Amino acid sequence: MRDRLIFAGQLGFTLLVAAFLVVPVVLSISAGVTVNYFRGIQSGVTLQWVVQVWNLYAGEIGLSFLIAFATLAVTLVVGVPAAYGLHVKGGRLSRVIEEIITLPLAIPGLAIALALLLTYGGFGGFRQSWLFILTGHVIFTMPFMVRSVMAVFASVDIKTLDEGAASLGASPWTRFCNVIVPNAMPGILAGSLMVVTLSLGEFNLTWMLHTPLTKTLPVGLADSYASMRLEVASAYTLIFFIMIVPLLVAMQMVAEKGEKK
Amino acid sequence: MSGIAGHGAAVHIENCGKTFPDGTQALAPASLDIVSGETLVLLGPSGCGKTTMLRIIAGLETPDAGGRVLFDKTDMTAVPIEQRHVGMVFQSYALFPNMTVAENIGYGLKIRGVDKAARAARVAEMVALTNIGGLENRRIDQLSGGQRQRVALARAVAVRPRVLLLDEPLTALDASLRDRLRSELNSLLRSLGITAIYVTHDQAEAMELGDRIVVMRKGAIAQIGTPREIYFAPQNRFVAEFVGAANIVEGPVASGRLTLPGGWLALNDAADNAAAVAMIRPETIGIVAEADAFLRGTVESVAFIGDRQRLVVTGAANKPLTVDAPNTINVRAGERVGLSVTPQAVRVLPKED
Repeated sequence: MRDRLIFAGQLGFTLLVAAFLVVPVVLSISAGVTVNYFRGIQSGVTLQWVVQVWNLYAGEIGLSFLIAFATLAVTLVVGVPAAYGLHVKGGRLSRVIEEIITLPLAIPGLAIALALLLTYGGFGGFRQSWLFILTGHVIFTMPFMVRSVMAVFASVDIKTLDEGAASLGASPWTRFCNVIVPNAMPGILAGSLMVVTLSLGEFNLTWMLHTPLTKTLPVGLADSYASMRLEVASAYTLIFFIMIVPLLVAMQMVAEKGEKK
Repeated sequence: MSGIAGHGAAVHIENCGKTFPDGTQALAPASLDIVSGETLVLLGPSGCGKTTMLRIIAGLETPDAGGRVLFDKTDMTAVPIEQRHVGMVFQSYALFPNMTVAENIGYGLKIRGVDKAARAARVAEMVALTNIGGLENRRIDQLSGGQRQRVALARAVAVRPRVLLLDEPLTALDASLRDRLRSELNSLLRSLGITAIYVTHDQAEAMELGDRIVVMRKGAIAQIGTPREIYFAPQNRFVAEFVGAANIVEGPVASGRLTLPGGWLALNDAADNAAAVAMIRPETIGIVAEADAFLRGTVESVAFIGDRQRLVVTGAANKPLTVDAPNTINVRAGERVGLSVTPQAVRVLPKED
């Protein structure tokens, strides 16, 4: 009897906490498909706001994915070899470099953006292109890639594997492709998952760096909250969810599969 | 059988030392010659520089300026490991988790551009040689420690290396498996006729596997010799005590006799010395009747080990003597005994500071 009471209490509390977190999401999504939010759901269900958002912001959505995958490409091409180099080289200098790469985690995105604007704001072409935002995203997401790859390197003794391959005659590049990358895969997948998600959702930095022609999903979201009816902004949230949730699930599944191997 | 191994190079190491960037000297400049086809064991406690020496030969470490590594008279000092054509077995095996057993064994051949059919044949040959038939398609994490060790060996030998380098290959295994694999490894190395350099801290491994043993201590070579030379004629106290069990006794030598608290021992042509240090192996001391011996003592303890019994005898030398006696003789703790030692069995060691 007492056990059941405790169980019921715990269940109730858990449901309450879950509801506290989930209800705003549900309300926001339902607002996006309601004809008039102030009159409530009885005013009717519609997709007109969603269509309107799509028509208005398809460019932002496309740009967001372009930036997210470009960020992923850069962090992969730069971050994985960097993690390898830092791990194999070791020593004090490597630790200092690792700390420097990690700094953007602690520095507010606004400060990074400000520094980028101060430094490169004068280069008009660069400043106005989406590459400027890409630069900010790469700085911000790089530590996640480097760190998660280095964590795997530390756990599989990649240095000895590398030496093993070298003793069998493999050149550094061959070793990197045949031994380093395949064995770092769980870390690379976990890092990729984080980089894409963070880039898609990044607001602080992007808001400072964007121009009217280079807006991403979250910046567009802020824009619609500020300047349009609540139903439109909510429909925007809905689209954001539909875009990002399947992506998250897919990458999570890939990461789990990689770990099982 | 040399067709399986290919050609074994003669290795010449000249003045190879290693100082790490933080200033610690892992290896004092040392020179070594390894004959083609020989198995040389680098033996010593951890931190003695044996692994550093092996890594210099492999090309994983660069010797300090002035050091040179030559394979068959060709200077390899500046050649990176991937071009030295060595085979290496690591203590942790370093097998690739992303490949099967067969892919691991064939990796070096694939890198060398050996075509698929020839590669498969060579892998099959290695699988048979190392007794791992049936495991070809397993992943590495599905293998036991002993199986991994065999795969690592097969992978290193598959490429017909000029020199086979083994870094404590049996250390990660449990004792009974280690003994079995040690003798397998021994017959394999003999049949391949390959030049092998083997690092270990285990003197039994060194004795069984080595044509010659290099005993190392604190980054320097303490002695080089055959297992028999190292065991019976150690050149210093460190070697005497590190290899096998040893009684170290101290006393004055005069006219061919070493005088000890419990009597004296006859020596083979030893110079007079007021404070000599000598080594006697426990199994070379015979237990005789007190009246028949020039050296006497009291049995302090008797431990029956099975194939022999280990006695501790006090009063004979400045320290209690360990004696390995046959398991048939009947002695009890507290008994007075005589000790007989032939002059050949007493090895006078040079004075050390």
